[in-house]
Amino acid sequence: MSTILGIPVPVILGQLTLGLVNGSFYALLSLGLAVIFGLMGVVNFAHGAFYTLGAFAALLGLQHLGINYWVALLLAPLAVGLLGVLVERLLLRHLYGLDPLYGLLLTFGLALIVEGSLHQVFGASGQSYPVPESLSGALNLHFMFLPLYRAWVILASVVVCFSTWFVIERTRLGATLRAATENAPLLQAFGVNVPLLVAATYGGGVALAALAGVLASPVVLVNSHMGTELVIVVFAVVVIGGMGSILGAIVSGLVLGVVEGFTKVIYPEASNIVVFVIMALVLILRPAGLFGRE
Amino acid sequence: MNELSRWTLALGAATFVAASSHAAHAADSVVIGDIDDMSGVYADVEGAGGVEAINMAIADFGGTVLGRKITVLSADHQNKPDIGASKFREWADQQGVNLVLGGSNTGVSIAMAKVAAVKKVPFIVIGAGGASLTNEDCTAYSVHYVYDTTALANGTATAMVNAGNKTWFYLTADYAFGTQLQDAAAKVVEAHGGRNLGAVRVPLGAADFSSFLLQAQASGAQVLGLANAGTDFSNSLKAANEFGITRTMKPAALLAFLTDIHSLGLKTAQGLYLTTAWYWDLDEQTRAFAGRFFARIKRQPTMDQAGAYSATLTYLKAVKAAATTDADRVMAQLKKEKINDMFTQGGYIRADGAMIHQMYVMQVKTPQESKYPWDYYKVVRKMSGEEAFGPLTGRCPLAPK
Amino acid sequence: MRATIVLYVLLGVLALSLPWLGVYPVFLMKLLCFAMFACAYNLLLGFGRMLSFGHAAFFGFAAYVTSWLITAHGAGPATAALCGMAVAALLGVVIGGLAIRRRGIYFAMITLALGQLVYFVCLEAPFTGGENGLQGVPRGTLFGLLPLRSDRVMYYLVLAAFVAVFMFIRRVVHSPFGHVLRAIRENETRAISLGYDINRYKLLAFVLSAALSGLAGSLNSLVLGFATLSDVQQSASGEVILMTLLGGTGTFFGPVVGAAIVITLQEYLSDVVGGWVTAIIGVIFVACVLSFRRGIVGEIEALRLRRTRPGAAGPAAHA
Repeated sequence: MSTILGIPVPVILGQLTLGLVNGSFYALLSLGLAVIFGLMGVVNFAHGAFYTLGAFAALLGLQHLGINYWVALLLAPLAVGLLGVLVERLLLRHLYGLDPLYGLLLTFGLALIVEGSLHQVFGASGQSYPVPESLSGALNLHFMFLPLYRAWVILASVVVCFSTWFVIERTRLGATLRAATENAPLLQAFGVNVPLLVAATYGGGVALAALAGVLASPVVLVNSHMGTELVIVVFAVVVIGGMGSILGAIVSGLVLGVVEGFTKVIYPEASNIVVFVIMALVLILRPAGLFGRE
Repeated sequence: MNELSRWTLALGAATFVAASSHAAHAADSVVIGDIDDMSGVYADVEGAGGVEAINMAIADFGGTVLGRKITVLSADHQNKPDIGASKFREWADQQGVNLVLGGSNTGVSIAMAKVAAVKKVPFIVIGAGGASLTNEDCTAYSVHYVYDTTALANGTATAMVNAGNKTWFYLTADYAFGTQLQDAAAKVVEAHGGRNLGAVRVPLGAADFSSFLLQAQASGAQVLGLANAGTDFSNSLKAANEFGITRTMKPAALLAFLTDIHSLGLKTAQGLYLTTAWYWDLDEQTRAFAGRFFARIKRQPTMDQAGAYSATLTYLKAVKAAATTDADRVMAQLKKEKINDMFTQGGYIRADGAMIHQMYVMQVKTPQESKYPWDYYKVVRKMSGEEAFGPLTGRCPLAPK
Repeated sequence: MRATIVLYVLLGVLALSLPWLGVYPVFLMKLLCFAMFACAYNLLLGFGRMLSFGHAAFFGFAAYVTSWLITAHGAGPATAALCGMAVAALLGVVIGGLAIRRRGIYFAMITLALGQLVYFVCLEAPFTGGENGLQGVPRGTLFGLLPLRSDRVMYYLVLAAFVAVFMFIRRVVHSPFGHVLRAIRENETRAISLGYDINRYKLLAFVLSAALSGLAGSLNSLVLGFATLSDVQQSASGEVILMTLLGGTGTFFGPVVGAAIVITLQEYLSDVVGGWVTAIIGVIFVACVLSFRRGIVGEIEALRLRRTRPGAAGPAAHA
């Protein structure tokens, strides 16, 4: 068995692959955060809560309505996205024009409400969501058995991420969105319904989080706290990538997932904090973030 | 600061004082408290079913002791040592609690044992495994009732090493229980000619075991020693199957409860060796208790729930015999008597607080061997209490060798 | 003026006599420690307008240091607490130094991430006991003279510490340093143009806040006898923000009131509504942010201003 740094290559490859799976989640979630921040200047602390809601929507949909995984993949983000639109219209709207810190605080409070309620109703230990039949089984990659489902996660995330990036950067709809970030009143003068656009953006960003949640449910246990610690790592990812950059968020997410996986092999105790350490370094050397535009 | 705000403040302070001072509990009832994991990874093992078992014991005892009513309090420690310790202290200071049961989490139980020693309240640990509770962390007021990491290792590890599984790698829950269980198993493995190749520590309640399992597989060991419990155990086993780890490594269930096997299903769990203090289908007495329990909870009782029943009954008998709830006299009485009930025959509480009783090494039946619901175990070996729990180590200051 | 003195005396008498009125001293001490934490936090948020999302790092890490010094090295309570405070200040220099490079939301997110880093260090480091925390920490004797085992004796010590910290914060805010800090809060550009090195002032405020938060954490661990991961967890950071916001940022008594309300709610509400406490706290948070931004004490002040001077704008002078 050949080794790098004294560690067998299959082990490294195995952890890197798992890191890529985690990175896919980081990328999806930081994408949603970056979209919302880019357009609205709101740091959506509730992003983790919406991720959790997406997973619960899939779980409950299966348990009570018999909705299978593939349908849930479409319906759950839709439902949670609509909820997001409601949140924006009823709550966030009142805070525009104020110090952006209030937006952060409001979404923080929202996260508490969602997670506290879920915890109370469903308990702290998770429930398992079955892997869909068509994706069960594993690929024999020689250095490890990769469950087919996790390969699907990587594929789905990459596709969704790059489609979203394409829509925002290369289409007319995206151009309208970007114009709204630059000069909303002017855009409104052109006849574009900016408030609707903003609400839809928040709903869209949140729907991305919910999609990540559905993708995650067969992998982790669906529990009320699945989003809490994850969202903090995602914040660090977004700071590293540069807050306004969509591509930065996606690439940083994927790369950091892999870096974390690599750390698990060579220095497992540090794997929890490696993202934060990198964030600290980026802040010292390049405060705007790796892809940032400030 | 102006007038209005200051007077408002004063008023607020007065209201606050009025609201927060309350009289202590009436001294004429005997208060039994259960602080346990009611909503987390161990909730099904004892949890609400444990409270039910306590109530059953009180009813079977007659409902009153020494002419006094018996009150039951229960709280969820959420696997947090600070919540468990604070609740224990609060009940001791404010509610006059006479006995605290529960635990289910070694870290929390150690914290509570320390409070028990300071507040002088008997504390019977059910469900927490760490043997340190009767060694370095022993106190004059704590009793370790159902099982401990020494007994588990002596049962399961011995059985597996003797069956030819010599090299071990551990997946360990990263807190007191996990590390103690790993250490106990490692000692047994070496004593029987096996080798320990390493371990990986996993946070309690981890959502995803995949990267840890890969590390285990990389070691090339024959056995995957699962030094964890509750949903951690069932999830790590499921993940091990998913990643094909179980093709090359044999899982060792160092601690598994009936509820874990139930949630895993016999197809996944068959063939596993495990050690237990009690099983519902052992004899007529156990089946009778199980039947009554099942009628209320709709699941068969685990050894922890049966233990909670027995511990409550034993305490009440000791209070009656000592004719007082004074902690020191009750503890002395508890260490004097033999325990004979549906949980154990000839059990006794040792000087270090360990309740010495027989343990059973079981093997999980195959789906074909199981004839009726919850028919999961077959007895491989019965160990006497002395063999299971081993001799006094001398590490508890109350019980020198 | 006389009314002020009378009121302070009344409050003082009330505070001194609470344990004798049947209120659980341990509950009161926990409340005082968190009130101290909230006041220290308010120094940063209310007077400096810097929203730190990871302040529990200072509170909790100092708690660990104190507990460790007592259990592993037999230190006395005063030494251990002061060391805890010093370590928290050092941590404040490091985290503050990194965070102050950015402003506003970025500042908040950096403190959030670094606070989480401290959490993981506390989880993994050998001296902290991981998930178990450090347990059974004895209170010892103060300066070898006064045994602190009794809850009532400890209460008076904690009360004295709280009053000292409260007065100190008042002094700081009214000092020239405090004036410059508030100037920076109102208009940073103008402060720069006046020649002030704003980063130095902000860092000093941050370190002061961190040190006092650390003192609160050290005292809390002495009171309860343990230091656990709950002290460094994100939820504790969120709680102190809520206390300050609810009570009123930029006021002196605001954080105290906020802490009293939140701790009392958690203690007694959980008996009534069980696990719904978190969700209810979230609702209060959201309500505060939406329509109650000045907090309780802040609203009272604004009310007073409107009554004495109709047409006066917003909350101006603070006590």
